[in-house]
Amino acid sequence: MIWNKAAECADRETMDRIQLKKLQATVKRVYQNVQPYREKMQEAGITPGDIQSLDDLKNLPFTNKTDLRDNYPYGMFSSHLNEIVRVHASSGTTGKPTVVGYTRSDLESWAECVARALTMAGGDRSSVVQVAYGYGLFTGGLGAHGGAEYMGASVIPMSSGNTKKQVMLMRDFKSTILCCTPSYALTIAEAVKKEGISPDEISLRSGVFGAEPWTPEMRTAIEKGLGIKAFDIYGLSEVMGPGVSCSCSEQNGMHIQEDYFIAEIIDPKTGEVLPDGERGELVFTTIGKEGIPLIRYRTHDICYLMRDKCACGRTTVRMSRVLGRSDDMLIIRGVNVFPSQVETVIAKFNELTMNYMLYVGRENNTDTFDMDVELAEGIEIDNIAFIEKLKTRVEHELRTLLGIGCKVKFLSEGTLPRSEGKAVRVKDTRRL
Amino acid sequence: MYIKQISVFLENTTGRLANFTRVLADNDISMKALCIADSDEFGILRCLVDDPEEAKKILQENGYSASITEVIAVEMESKAGGLYKILKVLAAHDMSVDYVYSIVGTRSDERSVIIIKVEDPKKAVDVLTSEGLRLFCLDEIE
Repeated sequence: MIWNKAAECADRETMDRIQLKKLQATVKRVYQNVQPYREKMQEAGITPGDIQSLDDLKNLPFTNKTDLRDNYPYGMFSSHLNEIVRVHASSGTTGKPTVVGYTRSDLESWAECVARALTMAGGDRSSVVQVAYGYGLFTGGLGAHGGAEYMGASVIPMSSGNTKKQVMLMRDFKSTILCCTPSYALTIAEAVKKEGISPDEISLRSGVFGAEPWTPEMRTAIEKGLGIKAFDIYGLSEVMGPGVSCSCSEQNGMHIQEDYFIAEIIDPKTGEVLPDGERGELVFTTIGKEGIPLIRYRTHDICYLMRDKCACGRTTVRMSRVLGRSDDMLIIRGVNVFPSQVETVIAKFNELTMNYMLYVGRENNTDTFDMDVELAEGIEIDNIAFIEKLKTRVEHELRTLLGIGCKVKFLSEGTLPRSEGKAVRVKDTRRL
Repeated sequence: MYIKQISVFLENTTGRLANFTRVLADNDISMKALCIADSDEFGILRCLVDDPEEAKKILQENGYSASITEVIAVEMESKAGGLYKILKVLAAHDMSVDYVYSIVGTRSDERSVIIIKVEDPKKAVDVLTSEGLRLFCLDEIE
């Protein structure tokens, strides 16, 4: 089932035409209404009239998160505050939050995109959608909620947390679709198991997960634990929220809603636009927003684009899963390390749960790198040699994959704090 | 004739063992026997309790990784050669011993109980019984 065939299955020529028209309107709008953009464009010597083809997009300046922070809170809005009916902000862990605003039309566009995503996951009016993303300034909860309601599903606005209740209502209310972060989905799957409920006792058929990067190994664990098919939904509040893209039944990349967002991949160092298939930083230009349209916004997410034919029938460009953020990448003893790589190693061991914590520190002028990981329930505790050997094996696998050594310490299952939203997996005490 | 022993994973942090004993106390669980095998960063605590399955469940609820292992409890004479008498039987039948710990009585007791972990408890029971040694069930041990 496809929510919007005209938009999702348009031929390339039609889509290009739609994109150009909307891009021109957007560039004109921000030039007129948003002083920071007018200044940027004047500095770059470019005017709205210079946008004559989609090729001209690369001549426009980039937008960074710092632009939003520097113009906190409403400096980047292109609509009057009276027209803004919703404000969201991202959880700035350092300094001020990043603020975004939505007009009524923006909220409808957002709901449209999320409805398309939920439909990709097999959703329709008969679905019972349990939204376990946090509700509040975070775009996850209200974003999923708006789209599910727009689609006509029965929405259960659980927000995150209260896992025992999530499981009880999931079973009693017969939820068919779960929306939350992948790490929370794992937490819920664990709770289902602990309650002694088997996956066939719950009505869940699919899950739509996002808001943090997750690995194929985590997907398998979630699908098995909940008896569902898991779908990736992608987005960021600056660009809109969840729903910018979503994976379809083919599970080979996420379809980007091209009539609302133009995607580019750039070399993060040079800013040069890269061809399809090459890894680089994902950049979005919003072409349907009124509240806070953004031109060439740098996401810091690393991925690549695919434009080959998708068997699902949709013609929209697909992005690979996010391979890492250029800013959660760690550099330890001179080596680039992604927490997702550590997950790949942990997933190989049945003896471990998927919960871990990395500690990066500094001692005697060298970086230290340690990992706490939990022993899974059911493993035999009696054999001390077995546990010692397990530790050696895990350390060996980490060294082989990462290229540097990591000291592993085991904990009892359930010792590490459980994630209800975005999981914190790294404690870096170095003052870099 | 096998005895269900609980093995618990203990991280090597101050208070972990004390907390473990508190959990037992809070749940009215008494240990009949106890030993701890320690390593660099963790220890494995092995103990015998009245209801091992229930105790395992309670420990897991309290955040401890635990599992159940089958061991045997053999009556041993409390004098020189008492343990040798038991172990030589196992050795003669090519059975290796993983670990051993004892439940000792007072000076006046002539006998005590030795807990042995072997790879094949069934064979061990057969072999020891045929040599005239006495094995205990869990509820026979105080």
